[in-house]
Amino acid sequence: MALEGETGPNAVPMPADWRDFIALTKPRVMTLVVFTGLCGLLVAPGHLPFVLAFTAILCIALGAGAAGALNQWYEVDRDARMKRTAQRPLPAGRMDRQSALHFGVGLAVFSVLLMGLATNWFAAAILAVSILFYVFVYTIWLKPRTAQNIVIGGAAGAFPPLIGWAAVTGNVAPLPIALFALIFFWTPPHFWSLALFVRTDYANAGIPMLPVVAGEVPTRRQILLYTAIMAVAALAPVLLSLTGLVYGLTALVATGVFAAMALQVALRRESDPARMGPEKRLFKFSVLYLFLLFGAVVADHWIKLI
Amino acid sequence: MTPDQQREIQKRQRSRSIVMALVLGALAVLIFAVALSKIANGTMH
Repeated sequence: MALEGETGPNAVPMPADWRDFIALTKPRVMTLVVFTGLCGLLVAPGHLPFVLAFTAILCIALGAGAAGALNQWYEVDRDARMKRTAQRPLPAGRMDRQSALHFGVGLAVFSVLLMGLATNWFAAAILAVSILFYVFVYTIWLKPRTAQNIVIGGAAGAFPPLIGWAAVTGNVAPLPIALFALIFFWTPPHFWSLALFVRTDYANAGIPMLPVVAGEVPTRRQILLYTAIMAVAALAPVLLSLTGLVYGLTALVATGVFAAMALQVALRRESDPARMGPEKRLFKFSVLYLFLLFGAVVADHWIKLI
Repeated sequence: MTPDQQREIQKRQRSRSIVMALVLGALAVLIFAVALSKIANGTMH
């Protein structure tokens, strides 16, 4: 692509820097994906040798990276119109689209094959479904068409604990399904709290996020509604005796804090992004919340083993 | 193409080649370790 800062007919094509390929994988999003996948793997019954467990987590990370790369390949025009994403390698002109496509497809195929060879083909199949779901169902189909994009699309981010579990056991069970449900119902309040304070960005890019299409008040109500459903999903593992007291107490306290913050957001009427402190706090806390709950599932499992 | 641009292209190509070599080397080691682990655990099919 063109040398940074240079555009126009005289721009010299430049090979993308290797760091741009890393940026294409959305490393920050990957952190949560890897963590939830690792937790699914750690709480699964049975034993997976360290090398194979490491490879399984690596495959989940590579699969997520591939999905992120293909998402950026497809969304280059939309990303260019959003302040939050305009500096990504493709819209900033530091990489050509074909490189991103080849990188994404190559990484996706490699991660699925390696997962199948190192662990089992059931885990590899779920990994393949999660990548395809994120790219085709979420990015290409739902995201540009409906305000419910992240409700259904949230499933893509909910697969990692299932994959981690399946890598060890070769099947799925009620606990990883409950963890899938937790992430699935956590996604709407997480993304809509973000969408509230970057609404203009989404509107400029033509993405029909709920605050853009339905307005802020319905979005605030929906955040509260989905928080209530998420609370049920968060407490389900302990109510169904799938986890123990450590998880139960952590889920109770953390979900209480989450619900209080969501209630505050639901009751506010503020449209200036600069004054959306509670919305930004809810968004940040929602990330911590998922780390806390998944960490508690693992802690619970280890305590049971002692 | 100016000398500066040529230098920048060569710099990027060199760093990409080094990273690619490191990644491929790491993958070769990983796949070897996976094979050894599966053989040791009797799960090699």
